[in-house]
Amino acid sequence: MLSSIVIAGVGGQGTLLASKILSTAAQKRGLFVRTSETIGMAQRGGCVSSHLRMGLEEISPVIPLRHADILIGFEPAEAARQINRLRPDASAVVNTDCIIPTNVALRMGEYNCDQYIEALKANIGRVFFIQAAPLAIKAGDARTLNMVLLGFSSGAGLLPFSGPEIAGAMECCIRPGLLEMNRKAFMLGAEEAGNIRSEIDVLNK
Amino acid sequence: MSKRVCMGNEAIALGAARAGVSVVSGYPGTPSTEIIETLIREKIPGIEVQWSTNEKAALEVAAGAAYSGARSMVTMKQVGLNVAADPLMSLSYVGVEGGMVVVVADDPGPWSSQTEQDTRHFAKYSNLPVFDPSSPEEAYEMVSYAFDLSEEFRLPVFLRPTTRVCHASATVDLADVHEPRPASGFVKRPDWIIFPALSYRKHGELEQKQKLLSEKFGTLPFNKIKKGGRSGIAVSGISYLYLTEVIREFGLDLTVFKVGTPYPIPTKPAEEFLSLVDRVLVIEELDPVIEEQLLILSAGKKEILGKMTAHLPCNGEYSFELIRDAVLKFACVRSEDLPMAEIPVLPVRPPVLCAGCPHRASFYAAKTAAKNFEKTVYCGDIGCYTLGNAAPLNTVDTCLCMGAGITIAQGIKLAEKGTKCIAFIGDSTFFHTGIPGVINAVYQNTDITIAVLDNHTTAMTGGQPHPGTGRTAMGMPAKPLDIEKILRACGVEHISTVDPFKYDDAVEAFKNSLEHGGPSAVIAKAPCIALIKPPKTVRRVNGACIGCLKCIKQLGCPAMSVGEDGKVSINEPICTDCSLCVNVCPVGAIKRVDRDA
Repeated sequence: MLSSIVIAGVGGQGTLLASKILSTAAQKRGLFVRTSETIGMAQRGGCVSSHLRMGLEEISPVIPLRHADILIGFEPAEAARQINRLRPDASAVVNTDCIIPTNVALRMGEYNCDQYIEALKANIGRVFFIQAAPLAIKAGDARTLNMVLLGFSSGAGLLPFSGPEIAGAMECCIRPGLLEMNRKAFMLGAEEAGNIRSEIDVLNK
Repeated sequence: MSKRVCMGNEAIALGAARAGVSVVSGYPGTPSTEIIETLIREKIPGIEVQWSTNEKAALEVAAGAAYSGARSMVTMKQVGLNVAADPLMSLSYVGVEGGMVVVVADDPGPWSSQTEQDTRHFAKYSNLPVFDPSSPEEAYEMVSYAFDLSEEFRLPVFLRPTTRVCHASATVDLADVHEPRPASGFVKRPDWIIFPALSYRKHGELEQKQKLLSEKFGTLPFNKIKKGGRSGIAVSGISYLYLTEVIREFGLDLTVFKVGTPYPIPTKPAEEFLSLVDRVLVIEELDPVIEEQLLILSAGKKEILGKMTAHLPCNGEYSFELIRDAVLKFACVRSEDLPMAEIPVLPVRPPVLCAGCPHRASFYAAKTAAKNFEKTVYCGDIGCYTLGNAAPLNTVDTCLCMGAGITIAQGIKLAEKGTKCIAFIGDSTFFHTGIPGVINAVYQNTDITIAVLDNHTTAMTGGQPHPGTGRTAMGMPAKPLDIEKILRACGVEHISTVDPFKYDDAVEAFKNSLEHGGPSAVIAKAPCIALIKPPKTVRRVNGACIGCLKCIKQLGCPAMSVGEDGKVSINEPICTDCSLCVNVCPVGAIKRVDRDA
């Protein structure tokens, strides 16, 4: 079965590594993987996105509009930018920590986080929000934000992989010296998702 | 055999290793850079890998290795081929002994380039065959065929991936890597020396080879026909995958001719394709290379639609959506438009210089010094520092191509004698093509300021070493070339080397240089922040901030933002305590604190 995931953020947030871990997990399961990445000038604080498609061979490496099943948004505005890439029944995880472009501080642009969050809620089948930066810092480094978001997506049941499958892929993609900290970040993200899910369960009862 | 998810550029590198390549050279450039980086990382014994000074040097190094019977490969981005065009054009006459593959990555979009030039035209212009992969896995297979073809025809062979192949990944079946083939050794022959009489003979031979190349291409698996209805699509590169998804999604009955070798067009399958259809839509990114050749082959007997009939654009990259719309229209199939959600206006996010980037300090110092003069033109060049064009720095007024800033500045100065000109150039670009411009300024005694922004790396492409860094691509120590000594040897006498973060010194250096009547230089030396560990201290704005926003308005540092109280705050995780902002704050509100305090 074809599964299409889009990961969106700002250059420097670590979307590439998150994408690499998911594609490695898919490969280990024997699925055909196709991805497309933003590499180059945009990595200097521009908009970046990774597209992953698994399970079908002759297929576009860029997910067509309205074809993505899952969104992992590293930043609210960048997540909102992908809304029309998603199927109407798609699921999403979105980090609520904003990265306000310098041109907004220079009064050459606007940034309205509440509007982006509202648009995400209104247009995506199922969307989970998380403030990921504090958890990344708790794990030991703000740069583990990507693993917090993967952990949260996994804990929320969004990803087509089990926790151990992703842990195995992390071992292949992360230097041994940094593995423990990244595992911790993943766990903190997964726990956070667990908390949110149990809250929802309580509300439903 | 083993399966691995490979980026297109990795696949090309591993394909070359499998084919027994033993010399690989190149100059970094998006989207080609990761080919050589893969070979450096994989450390395959027996392969010599180098980042050359520029693409011309790289192509000549690879040619020399191929003269000696080794298999060699050279890599560059599309504009790099302009720099290497001189040796390439003669090499197509002289030819090679060992297989030589010229990998030139094109950038439809463009995502990270000055032009959208199409290397398939260069292939046609130089009469050299070109492979055009549609995916990473196909690129992997093509490399071996390209080496074999190069040896069979004794010609260098192009492999021309595009950004969406280079930077896409896919599951690739990797064969075992072969030992690099030993070079047979250079055999002395008059054929290696290009004199007019030889050129005349070789030109004739080269023209004769075109037909044979076309025949050979007709036998390769990269050109294939999938039979369907009497409407046909000829397609190449990444567009093939977009098209496949469109056909599957809409259940279209079309005959598809997938072209993996766009020049010279494989005549036999092309004629077979034309015989199967009444009308054709040609889908290829950038220029109408296949379209033109099909028009000639069909000799007006078939309807050939594409760019020349305005059914598809020449500029920009193609997408599933663009191809869907063109194909559905061509196939006269109606489809309902997908409903699109209304999204609020989203912020524009132009790429910016990093927090703590030494270029920001250099630009700010130069600008401050230039206030003493009536008019200053800032000539930029290619690299991270091109981003100095953006507000609030506004210190890049021109940018043309690698190495052009120093010479453009001279032209402006000649035409407009009262104007001051500063030419900013990075260290890697200085070695690449900057030096001849310096010599010209000295020879003509033109009054310009050459500002070498020496951050000790090739930063924009991800930090590759260059002749000034003291290490090679393979991580071996090398003799570091001293930029100041080179400038001096070129005859520049007025030179200051400064740390751009020592603000007063840097302003003084630029002021003195601008006042000097004649060619002068400022070398702003500070490492790229990506090379150094962030310090244990950061800057924090205290209650004394009056909200004048001078720091943000002058520097545009991405670590600074305005809080709801109208005062400035600093994003400490990305602050590098470069302290440039301290020089701007009129009330001394920016204080040093411990990173974790």
